[in-house]
Amino acid sequence: MDSRVHAFLSVDKSSALDAARRWDARRADADALPPLAGLPVAIKDIICSQGLPTTCGSRILEGWRSPYDATVITRLREAGAIVIGKTNLDEFAMGSSTENSAFGPTRNPWDLARVPGGSSGGSAAAVSADMVPLALGTDTGGSVRLPAAFTGIVGLKPTYSRVSRYGLVAFASSLDQIGPLARTVADAALLLQVIAGRDPRDSTSADLPVPDYSASLPDGVKGMKIGIPREAIGAGLQREVNDAVLAAARVLEQAGASLIEVSLPTIEYAVPTYYILAPSEASANLARYDGVKYGLRVRTPDIHAMYARTRGEGFGTEVKRRIMLGTYALSAGFYEGFFLKAQQVRTLVRKDFTVAFGSVDLVLMPVAPTVAFKLGEKAHDPLQMYLTDIYTIPVNLAGLPGISVPCGSADGLPIGLQLIGKPFDEATVLRAAHTYEQSTEWHKARPQLT
Amino acid sequence: MSERTTAIAYEVVIGLEIHVQLLTDSKMFCECATAFGAPPNTQTCPVCLGLPGALPVINRKAVELGLRTAVALGCRVHGTSQFHRKNYYYPDLPKNYQITQYEYKIHPPLGTKGSLELTADTSPRRIGIRRVHLEEDTGKLVHVEQHGQILHSLIDFNRSGVPLMEVVTEPDLRSPEQARLFLGRLRSLLQAIGVSSGRMEEGSLRCDANVSLRRPGAELGIRTEVKNMNSLRSVERALAFEAQRQEQLLDRGQPVGQETRHWDERRGVTFSSRTKEEAQDYRYFPEPDLVPIAVGKQWIDEVRASLPELPDARRQRYASAYRLSPYDAGLVTSSMPLAIFFEATVGHYPQAKTVANWLAGDVAAYLNAEGLEIEETALTPNHLAELLRLVDAGTISIRTAKEILPEMLRTGASAEQLVADRGLAQISDTAAVGSVIDRIIAEHPGPASDFHGGKTQALTFLVGQVMKKTRGRANPELVNRLLREKLQS
Amino acid sequence: MSITPSIVNHVARLARLELSPEERERLVHELAAILDHLAKLNELSTTGVEPTSHVIPMTNVFRDDTVGRSLPREAVLEGAPERDGEFFKVPPIIETEPEP
Repeated sequence: MDSRVHAFLSVDKSSALDAARRWDARRADADALPPLAGLPVAIKDIICSQGLPTTCGSRILEGWRSPYDATVITRLREAGAIVIGKTNLDEFAMGSSTENSAFGPTRNPWDLARVPGGSSGGSAAAVSADMVPLALGTDTGGSVRLPAAFTGIVGLKPTYSRVSRYGLVAFASSLDQIGPLARTVADAALLLQVIAGRDPRDSTSADLPVPDYSASLPDGVKGMKIGIPREAIGAGLQREVNDAVLAAARVLEQAGASLIEVSLPTIEYAVPTYYILAPSEASANLARYDGVKYGLRVRTPDIHAMYARTRGEGFGTEVKRRIMLGTYALSAGFYEGFFLKAQQVRTLVRKDFTVAFGSVDLVLMPVAPTVAFKLGEKAHDPLQMYLTDIYTIPVNLAGLPGISVPCGSADGLPIGLQLIGKPFDEATVLRAAHTYEQSTEWHKARPQLT
Repeated sequence: MSERTTAIAYEVVIGLEIHVQLLTDSKMFCECATAFGAPPNTQTCPVCLGLPGALPVINRKAVELGLRTAVALGCRVHGTSQFHRKNYYYPDLPKNYQITQYEYKIHPPLGTKGSLELTADTSPRRIGIRRVHLEEDTGKLVHVEQHGQILHSLIDFNRSGVPLMEVVTEPDLRSPEQARLFLGRLRSLLQAIGVSSGRMEEGSLRCDANVSLRRPGAELGIRTEVKNMNSLRSVERALAFEAQRQEQLLDRGQPVGQETRHWDERRGVTFSSRTKEEAQDYRYFPEPDLVPIAVGKQWIDEVRASLPELPDARRQRYASAYRLSPYDAGLVTSSMPLAIFFEATVGHYPQAKTVANWLAGDVAAYLNAEGLEIEETALTPNHLAELLRLVDAGTISIRTAKEILPEMLRTGASAEQLVADRGLAQISDTAAVGSVIDRIIAEHPGPASDFHGGKTQALTFLVGQVMKKTRGRANPELVNRLLREKLQS
Repeated sequence: MSITPSIVNHVARLARLELSPEERERLVHELAAILDHLAKLNELSTTGVEPTSHVIPMTNVFRDDTVGRSLPREAVLEGAPERDGEFFKVPPIIETEPEP
């Protein structure tokens, strides 16, 4: 099946089978089993794991094996999960379609001519096509939520600092966050429960207790106030997406929530802000791929030429584009006008959300302006590709938790509903998403791969 | 002499940048050991190798040592400070950015605007401290050469991520000697507050200098940066050379080039490193993987309360309590181990002035010549006290004491043992000295009668002969007295 | 925003990226278009607005000064593109940098 979807870059069959047998034996013993005992989990190939390569979808790391496990991998193993394989992605998580992988694109299980969204397209497609029940993705500007929406599954980006980034290969450190992909909200909650919490190896991981996410799922939305930003509805949206999102809001209203119009006036500045900050951070984060310590080396008689040739050949077009953009934005004379300005606008975007959350518990909007587009459709227009993330990027800039749940379909392709919560209030996000999911049938629809 | 006249016409302006390896057990951002001399690439981990996905976590002790320095130097300690990334490509820098602190208005370094007082022979002088900040060290490159060409380079990342503190002075120093004195004072301060071992030879203290010349009162001239000075003495020598080199250029009407120059200790010259001097663009930005350091008043107060007596205070105390000259007090407090040695010796031998004279004199000369610190010699305070007591008791002469001191420094032998083993004790026995004198008078009848004739220099000759006969061991006072008595009788 | 080929060359040099003539040509146009879009931020006044470096306010996250385990040297050098015994090996540093 994966030969057509191409969700996986590597699969660990033998040790996965061993682990599955071990857990099955223990299940028979009726021991107290850990929460994910024997469950296979697919890992976006930008999270370091021992035993399998970690390529980041890049030639520059082809064949590299991490000598250490990311904290989330350690936690998964401790919870009994089986790290079944590594999934395809846009190179270094830079993209919205999974077309930017050096190892070929992943296809959308709903329509193989279409993209699964990105950059966690491999993880989303693997869950959507029933290859695995659970997967981890990463979300810097929408890379969990967008592919979840495009493939009709649930994807959660936790609050920035909720989940340790140790072992997540950095793209944009102040925005990156690991998140679960699953078929249901309850499964996503279970996976989040395992990976969330303080990690002494990540200075930016929050030292706050992790609530029991599953326990509060059935509590419903009675009395909950849900804000709908007037800037996010109407113009610029595919009509079916607009209708599906508004219909979803009414479902929540019928379940006892009240709908309130809110305003996020600066969200139109989120994309330009992001495309200064993320490439700037990336330009430094990706400087280490130089042919000296690991990965690709193009041999030359002199080290400066080695750097330039290795990086020129090892990185793909989009990665080079963003390194150029970020290097430019940080270079002498441009710092104040670009980087500092963008950091200031980031403050304004955060303030918009803070004001909105003064009167509501959740913000509701689309995940993407359209359903999944065709392979190659936006590949030659970077700006159009960037604008795919117009509704997800503001959430990363503000560091908030956001979820994508299936809420409709257009031309046989899934539509995603986005629910955004206050910092560290994943519980409310999950509860509302679960309530919505249980009131509808959208999550039961599955792609027909024949 | 034209050199003399131009020496008056120009003023030397020097600012120092000192890199200090902090006394921590583990690295700045990871748990690898900082121990010196481990086999290559055995003290590394995902963090200090810059492996994909690894993240830094700040070593609390390093911050505390930085704060101790900032407080001890009277710096303004900033409420919040933040690390930055300094971007440049070099094979010893695994991430191709260095995590450091940067003087940026929104995210200042740990401390700024401090000072340290310098007591040269002349008047006291306050040297401004521009900033104190923390950063990580790089790995070590070994160049493999053949016929003067580098074939390839080898990298050992053990040193990568070792905690460093950078102390930057204002361009307030006015001579190479002042630069040496300042660095000595700073080193003793850092030792006193437990921040640094101060061992320049091991690279735990590294000094770069900016040097320029100007006509007094004029604007600063073009400066060169001098690197690779790894002892106090080489700082003074290198800066003296560089100042003279610039002076000669200016005298010939040639411009001083803005460049980095390396000090060659053996040849005693600075030379241009011939690297292409292009404007570096380090693209600093706040390190997103590390949260800010917030230092409240309480933390600063705790640091201040925990500081020991600082060298300035110690020097003043010695000057008054032991009645030492400012020079001697400055010298015995120039390093923490030397001050401890001084106090311990005074505990055994209370004539502090004598102890200071010996430390400032023969001991200092030995240390200087050998390039050692007092704690690196085998001499103990107890043994030094014993030596001084032997002199006081007349058992040995000062000359003998000066002769055996280097051996005591080298081997740790006790003075009494050396005197006994070598029969160095003075002959103070009247009968023994008397019989030698009788023989000398008999052998030299001429000078004896000269003395009777009033030529007192004849006595000096005869004393010399007695000392020669006894190989210097006769007590000189006794020889003088007995000779007079015998000649006059 | 005018992006010239010489700006692209300079930035590529800073970033140590060797670009083909076609890549350079394309980047001149693409960067210009993207920077035009980014210039939208200038519509907003940000005078006096604090920049956000960290979205979740935290300070003083430290570790204790204790020595932990380092990686075994073989694990360190295993992935090295080239090694010489116990060292990483790299070509020499020739100080005149070639244009990328």
